[in-house]
Amino acid sequence: MELKIINYQDTRSGFGAGLLEAGKRNDKVVALCADLVGSLKMDAFVKEFPERFFQMGISEAQMIGMAAGLTIGGYIPFTGTFANFSTGRVYDQIRQSVAYSGKNVKICASHAGLTLGEDGATHQMLEDVGMMKMLPGMTVIVPCDYNQTKAATLAVAEHQGLVYLRFGRPKVPNFTPEDHPFIIGKADVLIEGTDISIFANGHMVWKAYEAVLRLREEGVGAELVNVHTVKPLDEEAILRSARKTACVLTAEEHQMNGGLGESIASLLAQKQPLPMEFVAVKDLFGQSGTPDELLDAYGLGVDDIVKAAKRALKRKA
Amino acid sequence: MTDIIHLEAVAMQVRRDIIRMVHACQSGHPGGSLGCTDFLVALYFDQMQLDPARFTMDGIGEDIFFLSNGHLSPLFYSVLARRGYFPVSELSTFRRLHSRLQGHPATMEGLPGIRIASGSLGQGLSVATGAAWAKKLNGDQHLVFVLMGDGEQQEGQIWEAALHAGSRKLDNLIAVVDYNGKQIDGPVDQVMPLGDLRAKYEAFGWMVTDFDGNDMEQTVRTLQQARQLAFKGTPQLLLMKTEMGQGVDFMMGTHKWHGVAPNDEQKERALAQLSETLGDY
Repeated sequence: MELKIINYQDTRSGFGAGLLEAGKRNDKVVALCADLVGSLKMDAFVKEFPERFFQMGISEAQMIGMAAGLTIGGYIPFTGTFANFSTGRVYDQIRQSVAYSGKNVKICASHAGLTLGEDGATHQMLEDVGMMKMLPGMTVIVPCDYNQTKAATLAVAEHQGLVYLRFGRPKVPNFTPEDHPFIIGKADVLIEGTDISIFANGHMVWKAYEAVLRLREEGVGAELVNVHTVKPLDEEAILRSARKTACVLTAEEHQMNGGLGESIASLLAQKQPLPMEFVAVKDLFGQSGTPDELLDAYGLGVDDIVKAAKRALKRKA
Repeated sequence: MTDIIHLEAVAMQVRRDIIRMVHACQSGHPGGSLGCTDFLVALYFDQMQLDPARFTMDGIGEDIFFLSNGHLSPLFYSVLARRGYFPVSELSTFRRLHSRLQGHPATMEGLPGIRIASGSLGQGLSVATGAAWAKKLNGDQHLVFVLMGDGEQQEGQIWEAALHAGSRKLDNLIAVVDYNGKQIDGPVDQVMPLGDLRAKYEAFGWMVTDFDGNDMEQTVRTLQQARQLAFKGTPQLLLMKTEMGQGVDFMMGTHKWHGVAPNDEQKERALAQLSETLGDY
């Protein structure tokens, strides 16, 4: 079983394409953006449905509150801005007006993680998944490539309930087949193996795949599972894989605190304690640099995944 | 024809409800609730087009109201119950475990009449802009009302929403500021003066009207006029002068009853000033 690169594209463009398609399928879909239409790739939606698009200017709190209000009247609002301004800046607005009020708002966040690059730590959001997954009722999705982000956007539009959809800036390998179904809360086993389970999401899925190939050269059969939905977590798929391999590694472009690894560690601690390692940012802010330089500098490169896998294997009884 | 005498009688009973609810659980916010009673009664019993028997979250085909200063929950609950959204007997569960009448308004328990949670201040005007846009998209020629506090105007989000509504000429939106001049730590003019609030909203593109929110006749007239001025290209702000604690002499003229419950003796003194017009719950 191999993954094949179709092309190189940014996940945010997958969002833009998905949003346009969602708008065509359902005239209740509306979009709001806080002065980042080009960055979020929302241009096509704006052009096709100008009457269903709201340019908010740089007022994110107003955007979230207004989105909550638009649901009262039957609309399905998608808000778009960077991950930092989608979460940390508006946490209380999301908590009260969206989550506690049970509103069908889709919070769509681009430029998440270190791979935002040169803009540096102010914009490199690494705590968003943690903040969002703590809110009762919130669904948290981190797709891995262009095709999956597009499919996720369409699934989110049909899903009744609040969603945080996280994607990124750089062009990365697009390998998910276009017709591959996206099911919220269902993890995808990409590579089967018996020695170690690697659970990854977002840009780290491809990095983990490269690590799987390296491990294979050394005779290690790693299983790669794309856990695109952090919440609700696909407990069944994770436990099935972990029980088979008895050894676990997680990889994500997020703080270790609050991320996918933490959710899986919590699951395993309760159901199946196993040796586990984490590839994630370890309680640090980011800095300026190119995406790949940053992933390497913060221990999220392919080498780091291979080393972490070996540490986990060594701990396996 | 509006029956002012009847509205005043309803307001009297609502004020009794507020005192009894806050006293029963020994918590809540009587001051602002008493001050805004006349306004909310005029809105729900005379001015808004609505159907309490068929409450829907979407509120399509009717006027809708948001309470941004959610701590006025005892007032909101009493008015909703007296208007027929839910049984008045349920007012006795205010702030109790497993009640639909949470400390601050919430949607999670499914209490008819509530469309958004509020309590953390500054969010209601933004929500109202969204609901107003939904009405426009739906071709629904009804109004969206929202009540805010004056201290609440210190929240930055209010001004994001004010800029949005003014710039986008959201003319089916009527916002009301409860201008009682008091907040938790003291007079608004000392805690963080608002300056000329009328000029500020006008500068943001709003049409502003002042009125005395403790004069029922003037309140009704102002709301009638606001309805006539809607759909004319600008959002409206009603600067509503009220007295915190209105109707209970020892609660008036001070900020001290913002969030304090009366004891047994104080409750009796308050109720002696408020006659039972519709029957206590």
